[in-house]
Amino acid sequence: MTRAPGWEHFEHMADIGVRGYGRTPAEAFAQAAIALTAVVTDPAKVRPEEKVEIELERDDDGDLELLLVDFLDAVIYEMAVRKMLFGRFEVTIDDYRLKAVLWGEPVDRERHQPAVEVKGATYTELKVARTDDGCWLAQCVLDV
Amino acid sequence: MDIGKLERIDETVWRIPATGRMRVPVLIYADEALIRDMDDKVAEQAANVATLPGIVGACYVMPDAHWGYGFPIGGVAAFDPEEGGVVSAGGVGFDISCGVRTLTTGLRREAVEAVKQTLAEALFAAIPAGVGSRGEIRLDDAEMTAMLRGGARWAVERGYGRPEDLERIEERGCMADADPAQVSARARERQRREMGTLGSGNHYLEVQVVEQIFDPEVAEVFDLRPGEIVVTIHCGSRGLGHQIASEFLKKMQRAAKAAGIELPDRELACAPIDSPAGQSYLGAMRAGINCALANRQIITHLVRRVFGEFFPEADLKLIYDVSHNTCKQETHEVEGRRRELFVHRKGATRAFGPGHPALPAVFRPVGQPVIIGGSMGTGSYILVGRPESEKRALSSACHGAGRCLSRRQATKIWKGREVVAQLEQEGILVRSPSMRGVAEEAPQAYKSVDAVVRAAERAGLAKRVARLRPLICIKG
Repeated sequence: MTRAPGWEHFEHMADIGVRGYGRTPAEAFAQAAIALTAVVTDPAKVRPEEKVEIELERDDDGDLELLLVDFLDAVIYEMAVRKMLFGRFEVTIDDYRLKAVLWGEPVDRERHQPAVEVKGATYTELKVARTDDGCWLAQCVLDV
Repeated sequence: MDIGKLERIDETVWRIPATGRMRVPVLIYADEALIRDMDDKVAEQAANVATLPGIVGACYVMPDAHWGYGFPIGGVAAFDPEEGGVVSAGGVGFDISCGVRTLTTGLRREAVEAVKQTLAEALFAAIPAGVGSRGEIRLDDAEMTAMLRGGARWAVERGYGRPEDLERIEERGCMADADPAQVSARARERQRREMGTLGSGNHYLEVQVVEQIFDPEVAEVFDLRPGEIVVTIHCGSRGLGHQIASEFLKKMQRAAKAAGIELPDRELACAPIDSPAGQSYLGAMRAGINCALANRQIITHLVRRVFGEFFPEADLKLIYDVSHNTCKQETHEVEGRRRELFVHRKGATRAFGPGHPALPAVFRPVGQPVIIGGSMGTGSYILVGRPESEKRALSSACHGAGRCLSRRQATKIWKGREVVAQLEQEGILVRSPSMRGVAEEAPQAYKSVDAVVRAAERAGLAKRVARLRPLICIKG
């Protein structure tokens, strides 16, 4: 078991799964977002030069799993329209909304060697739950 | 896949009988070796699809099938609106109308070999590919709407390509009943700088040589001759399609619940065809199809421009353009009667047989060209639709080689530079902005395209016409 916080990838035949661990759901979400960036490039290579803020109204009836898909889709959207990569994420979740601050920079094809574009988060292997050691896990498969 | 769970009908047809909540059986078309290599998840996902309301005939699985999300990749399922049939955003997938088109050039292999390196560089420079690339074309909202309604027809009207291209595209280049009003501002925003871009992942542009002809008569109709050069483009509806898919996947969670549909997998979220949510998705998805058709049309224009600089005498003619992630309304004979069905093909190509009224006159005597993209090192195929294909799988065939190793496994085994060097030795020039991307797409990460198309032929889905070997591959 990975100690919180942290992230990893897991296998899916055509695509790839992202998994974040954290002491809270918000921290697990932030780690899952780093795992998302790691599908494209090494997150350590992404300089925190620009800040982008995301705010999502929670219309998910308290379902954290649907919120994870919404959050990752929102990050994917910002990556796509701004042609940016993000290496650092701060996420807060309350009963009404998710707020996130994303730090990153425009894609530099030489330095980042971006492997693949992420199309969207899927509901496959989607899970947000407490693990046996009390930390939170947030995961799903991405379509690339 | 454990073949003990399957009923073997004949050499290439396997059946999972309808049990539990399944409304129809699953039919898998593959030979024994392909079946054994197929993930068990394919059977599980196909069986889940078979539980959806209004499904007709069977859930069909193509020989290149692999584990997808909700639907298996390589899955075909048709739904009857008169029986409460549904439409599923997951059943079409994220890359709406991802597809392939092939152009003949009339050039001999020697002509291209003589300028291969510079031609590869010129194509790589001219066609935006990979993460972070941008297209030259910016669309304002009115133009975006016109594009979403008009598809490749819009592109030709704007000077990208030629009017005669249009009849060589499914739906004659323009998907009817697209509803741009159902395409959100975010989906439009994601597309604003993406027109005429290739994308990444398994998308590519290849210069290929016709290596082998299997059916000389049909090859003549398709204008394919051994030793001649063709160009193949594989890409889809880009960010717009991805955003439509994400948004409707979510909307359909609610729609399914409201319609009382019990989903075995959230990814199978769907809505009754005859419901506001179902109609809204169909309108948006058809606009997504038009976006993909326009995109491939623009890239065709860019390719022609590059070839024009190298070979002023070359005439690049479109053979055909096929899409392999769609839901289309079609008439099929099932259980003895003609029915209007909504056919989902996820990672499957439409393969109309001879005489089908949707085909342009030139193909009516022989059937539809079915273009199968292989991996960058192996080769691709052009097949032709068969008369028996409708009975087999509602006129559907495979779409590619299908992965056998995940991206993660591939990068553990191969380095991008090694893959490029190895392929160069074999006479295949790869140009890509990302070496990691190349490693993830290493040829050995895919099943044998030869085995897949052989199985498709033996199962009566489509017949081999020609095998194409890549000489230049531009990877996103």
